[in-house]
Amino acid sequence: MTGRPPVADWATDFDHTDPRWTEDPYAIMAELRGRCPMARSERYGGLHAPMRYADVRAIAYDTDHFSSKRVVIRENPPNVPLPSPPITSDPPHHKPARMLLLPAFTPQRIDPLIPDARRICNELLDSLAGRSEVDAAIDYAQHIPVKVIAKMLGIPEAEGDRFREWIHVFIEDTIVDDGTSADRLVATAREMDAFFGHYAELRRKEPKDDLISFLLAAQHDGAPLTERHFYGALRLLLIAGIDTTWSAIGASLLHLATHPADRDRLVAEPELMPLAVEEFLRAYAPVTMARRVKEDTELAGCPMKAGEWIMLSFPAANRDPDVFPDADKVIIDREDNRHAAFGLGIHRCIGSNLARMEITVALEEWLKRFPKFTLQDDARIAWSKGPVRGPRTVPVRLG
Amino acid sequence: MTGKRIRLVVDDEKCQGHNRCRLLAPDLIEIDDLGFAHAKGDGSVSPEQADKARLAVKNCPEFALRLVTDDR
Repeated sequence: MTGRPPVADWATDFDHTDPRWTEDPYAIMAELRGRCPMARSERYGGLHAPMRYADVRAIAYDTDHFSSKRVVIRENPPNVPLPSPPITSDPPHHKPARMLLLPAFTPQRIDPLIPDARRICNELLDSLAGRSEVDAAIDYAQHIPVKVIAKMLGIPEAEGDRFREWIHVFIEDTIVDDGTSADRLVATAREMDAFFGHYAELRRKEPKDDLISFLLAAQHDGAPLTERHFYGALRLLLIAGIDTTWSAIGASLLHLATHPADRDRLVAEPELMPLAVEEFLRAYAPVTMARRVKEDTELAGCPMKAGEWIMLSFPAANRDPDVFPDADKVIIDREDNRHAAFGLGIHRCIGSNLARMEITVALEEWLKRFPKFTLQDDARIAWSKGPVRGPRTVPVRLG
Repeated sequence: MTGKRIRLVVDDEKCQGHNRCRLLAPDLIEIDDLGFAHAKGDGSVSPEQADKARLAVKNCPEFALRLVTDDR
């Protein structure tokens, strides 16, 4: 990373790993929308970054020209394919791979997890007893999705540090090439496969009500999943299920810690929570996906060459004032809110019901316990970089 | 007596299973075993349900919901 040149001009030299983007992308998005809503870059072997909702939407829907085979922008992608169906699948392979996972993530399957989520949140809150200052991201938000997804997958939640380290390698540490990035990525994938392999062996002998057993029993084209498909799907569920939700919970708590009027209103009117959660998801959408241009094409007057990257920023789409009036303002009872935080089209986040449930429960339980929490005066917020953006530190005062 | 009847319609081709409508208008929406939304019954929306139906329409990321008015 050292020596990486800072972005000279965001319109022509775009780089989402530049610390200024990580720190505050919203000002850059607004500036670009005003003068060049399709930013580009020669970095990463060529990259386009649409800042308008309409362009993000058009690309998300156009699977003929834009492939999902690689969904994380990398300077030096490994030669070994690491497919994680269905997120890395294009039609016609996408649909059957998605269909087999969909039944596990319906509201009918997620709602019964609410009591567990409440218990997890309350145990974390109990562990903060007696403290006047805590970190809402480190001491609270980061643990919730780890514990929930570990329970769903059927793996021990005590391994949370390891899960977060793997995810860090996958989506932060290897996106810029340091000469070892591709090898480290592949090695981490293999380490994850070995980890899951251990539990797959146990579940083969004795199936349980968990996603590993579910995938072992699943059929794809009338046959059990191939090893590649099985491990790819498990990597996806672990990676997509943790930093994303952690980021959304952390960003929502950061907002409430710095906007006491919104905090007090949610405490007084808890029935606003569903609208508020969607507004936090809109304004602080954590996830940016990637696409690859399949064949030379043009969008919004910009020529795009086969093989170039698209940075599909749902956060940018969600801040487009052409679609969301006062887009940079958080309005916790915003009623007209077709936000794209969970993506658009056939790759809609399969865990969206799970994420929404976790965020809602996490905020409800926190506010019940700490209705007057505020950000510490000298607080310094560290943001994750890469395709999932969220605060990794949110130092708050509880009283 | 003649009047207007409002119906909520979910376009199966557009729904991607975000399930936003189900949270906002639970009385009017049911979710199938794959997570896709469907209008309950014939989609009829009572006057008391109209605000929730409109809210569901305005929050669908895929523009899959619409309200239609029938004469009767």
